[in-house]
Parts: sequence; C-alpha cells; structure tokens
Amino acid sequence: MIRDILVSLVSGTVFGAGLALGGMTDPARVRGFLDLFGAWDPTLAFVMGGAVLVMALAWLIQKRMQRPLFAEGFSLPDRRDITPRLVGGSALFGIGWGIAGLCPGPGFASFAIEPASAAIFVAAMLGGMLLVRLVEGN
Amino acid sequence: MSLPGFPDAAPLPGLIGGLLIGLAAALMLLGAGRIAGVSGIAARAFGIASSSLARMGAWAFIIGLPLGALIVTQLTGATAPTFAGPVPLVVAGLIVGIGTRLGSGCTSGHGVCGMSRFSQRSLVATATFMATGFVTVAVMNALGLAVLP
Repeated sequence: MIRDILVSLVSGTVFGAGLALGGMTDPARVRGFLDLFGAWDPTLAFVMGGAVLVMALAWLIQKRMQRPLFAEGFSLPDRRDITPRLVGGSALFGIGWGIAGLCPGPGFASFAIEPASAAIFVAAMLGGMLLVRLVEGN
Repeated sequence: MSLPGFPDAAPLPGLIGGLLIGLAAALMLLGAGRIAGVSGIAARAFGIASSSLARMGAWAFIIGLPLGALIVTQLTGATAPTFAGPVPLVVAGLIVGIGTRLGSGCTSGHGVCGMSRFSQRSLVATATFMATGFVTVAVMNALGLAVLP
C-alpha cells in the first residue's frame, strides 16, 4: 500500500516536471502547436515523441514481466472497440484543449505556476466529469 | 538549440520533457502495473470514477504533478506563462472534463500510453483530439477570438 502511494507520487512528480520542462504548462506554447495553419510551433511534437519513445520501450519490457515490480498484478485497459462515444468524447476534448491550451495533466501541474487559473480550469473540468456521471446515472 | 524555420520552438527542452513524461508513465506501468492517464486518475482521486487504483495512490499522483512543475520552475527560473481568462478557462475545463470521460482518456492516457502500445482506440482518439484541436485554434484565429493576451 505504502509502496503503491510512493510509486504514484514519484511518477506524478516526474510527470509534472516533464510537463513543465516540455512547455505543456504554457498555454501559448500548446496553442502554438495546435496552430497548424498559422505560426506553427512544433515543440510539442518533440514532447510527444520523447514520451512515446520511452513508453514503447516500457511496453516491450512489460510483455516479459509476470507482474509489476511493486504491485500484485497488471491492471490495463483491454478494450478494442471504436465507438461513437470514444470519437465524440475525444473530439470534444480536443476543442476544450484548443480553447485554453490546457489538458488535464498541465491543469493540475499549473497549480505550481498560476494557482488561480489552475483552480478555475480544474474545478470546471471536474464539473464536466461529474456531469457525465450524473447524466449517465452511475 | 533551435529548429531551422521555427525560431520560437524549443526542441531540446521539449524532448527532455517528453522523455521525463515517458519515464514517469513507464514507472507507473512497470512499478504499479497501471496506465498513467491523468484524466482517469483525477476522476478516481475525486471519487467521480471507480478504479482498482487505490484512492490514496491517485491523490499521490495528482499532488506530484504541481510538485514536479514547481521543481522545474525553481530550477530553470522560467518566467510565468500567461493563462486564459476565467470565462474561457471555465468553458474549456467543462468541455475537457466531459470529453475525457466520454472518450476514456486524454493526452497522457491515449496520446502517450495508448499510442506507444499501438492501441487502435488510442490512435483513433489521439487523431481525433489533435484534429479538433487544430480546427478549434484555426477557427478562433479566423474569428479573431484571442484568449491569451
């Protein structure tokens, strides 16, 4: 249990450091990347590329492991179906990402940079999540 | 180091930041056996979704995010970036919250963890949110809607 929490804390901290260093906590940088038809800033492609590269290696290692280092077993998504819900939800997410230049990780990380803005964004985001839960009634 | 043709790009900090994000997600996968998807972990931490991840673990990850960002800003002494005003932040936050629940993930879960695993769902999700992100910024620019000063 305590090891679980420690792994999560270290992972979250390194994750947050990567977000800040890579420019994901700078909305202008993010919107610059999304401004493909204008003054495009390719920085985030390097962020994405670096992260995917390391994770691709991690997946290769994972395949050879019986169980994780500090947990009983793997608990990974296994769905393969492409649904309207997946596509529609992702489409909405991209619109929100484009409007303010923030996605969930940088939203939380920004509490260290501009807490008031981070709080507004995160509160609204949690509200949106809660709304889905209420509408779907589960 | 700069990128020819893109004077504002910061490819090296971007790459190092990306490698750190990858390492963090790898630690979550190989250490805890889980996907480092921030929207899902946030929903778990705040009791919006259930998951096999312990709620304390979800909170530890969420608290780590600003902690890591704080360490970087202290070390680099970077000037604070500008954020959108309250109204666009609320609108964007709501849409991001709804979209990530319906779409089962965000940039981290689909874009980093799923894409690197060649998950078809994540490839479709990432292509979709990138496309609507591009269109959103293009449309806002065309309409002269500036959210950042």
